[in-house]
Amino acid sequence: MTLTGLRCRNCGKRYPAEALSICEECFGPLEAEYDYEVIKDSISVEKIQKRAPTLWRYRELLPVSASSCIVDLHAGFTPLHRADNLAEELGIRELYIKNDSVNPTFSFKDRVVSVAVSKAIEFGFDTVGCASTGNLASSVAAHAAKARLKCYIFIPANLNLGKVVQTLAYSPRLVSVEGNYDDVNRLCTEIAGYYNWGFVNINLRPYYAEGSKTLGYEVVEQLGWEAPDRAVVPVASGSLLTKVYKGLKELEMLGMIEQADTRMTAAQSEGCSPVTTAFRTGSAIKPVKPKTIEKSLAIGNPADGSYALKIIRETDGTAGAASDEEIIEGIKLLARTEGIFTETAGGVVIATLKKLVEEGEIDRDERVVAYITGNGLKTQDVLHSYLQEPPVIKADLEEFRKLIEQKKEVVVW
Amino acid sequence: MVTVRLATPLRKFSDGRPEIKASGKTVREVLENIDRQKPGFLEKVVENGEIRQFINIFHNNEDVRFKKGLDTEVEEDDVISILPAVSGG
Repeated sequence: MTLTGLRCRNCGKRYPAEALSICEECFGPLEAEYDYEVIKDSISVEKIQKRAPTLWRYRELLPVSASSCIVDLHAGFTPLHRADNLAEELGIRELYIKNDSVNPTFSFKDRVVSVAVSKAIEFGFDTVGCASTGNLASSVAAHAAKARLKCYIFIPANLNLGKVVQTLAYSPRLVSVEGNYDDVNRLCTEIAGYYNWGFVNINLRPYYAEGSKTLGYEVVEQLGWEAPDRAVVPVASGSLLTKVYKGLKELEMLGMIEQADTRMTAAQSEGCSPVTTAFRTGSAIKPVKPKTIEKSLAIGNPADGSYALKIIRETDGTAGAASDEEIIEGIKLLARTEGIFTETAGGVVIATLKKLVEEGEIDRDERVVAYITGNGLKTQDVLHSYLQEPPVIKADLEEFRKLIEQKKEVVVW
Repeated sequence: MVTVRLATPLRKFSDGRPEIKASGKTVREVLENIDRQKPGFLEKVVENGEIRQFINIFHNNEDVRFKKGLDTEVEEDDVISILPAVSGG
């Protein structure tokens, strides 16, 4: 038992490890606390390396106590892909893609959900739910199906078709809400106050968010137990960036790496960039109304925005934002250089990385890790309208010869 | 009267009920009127005249920061929700 309880990040008040997410005194967010002395004595590099390649190989650092409650669809330990072709194109010495688009439901959300649904079972909930921008919806639905839990999923009505179809396949009770994600989230926060359900990103949020730390641990392990110089992370609520950093600092504290001086760097879309705007203007976070093709990061009122901003500033990191056209080019660039097909959030990461290198914000000699958190098959509807239709010919050799003759001057088909 | 929906940590001011009725012409007046009945309520929600950092207030489902903040006008049968800001994502 390494989890000791919850602690308010704002005022420091401690709480027992229950289904709570908000401090009763100041409404600050609660964070999972551990006994690191116990962890230090029970964890080692050798022990971790002998375990199955899932996020649960770092179980001492996750907030689930009863292993019998773990719901494991084999999320995590996704490839760290050395991206020399893309690095050459961008003019960086050493670039890696953490390809989290190959998780069981094709996004990084399986990490946080595996932890949250396991915790929901530990707490005795028979129903789980979430407010989702899309990826969380399918992940919660899949884990609830495996765990035989009832499941309520709330999504904005304009969500990508691929994400709706995937979620429906797992047969949750799916509710489409008129409005944007912030409307859905507000509704779910109210619903969570009326129904005794385990909402993974509301009353189970302190546990849920901890799952993202494994994206820090894995990159370190895959780099031979070293932290990268820079991590480029997509930012929606800001939770992922803060937890990747927490993961790196925990490994440093436990003596498993010498030091974690990683510069944390945020990637957002220009149509929803409250964290990047605050960073660039030196101000506090101001909520915005999202207007972008990128829906999975479209949180105008980011819950962990202020914490993400603090980490970016403290680590000498930076933040950037990409336009809709740049997001599409980012998706295509990653696909054509590295053979990795990502969703719009990944397009944001690649496009922002490219811009920050061009602007001189990222040094070309750094060892950079870019986090790709979702699969391209999820947002085909967005990309489709930007692609050229393929030529159609008869099944005839002469037809093909004619086509090649016509196209030979064309550089890109 | 306006309906005020309360986040769980505020329900100690409503004898555990998830919502209460109160009167007022603005969000601020409604909150002040609740405070008169239940002293200590206002300081949980407002600090130095501003909505506290970790609280969001919605008027008819719209964040009051996109309206006139605490000075947002309210009418009979409107709904105010006071919710934790750190949620979702």
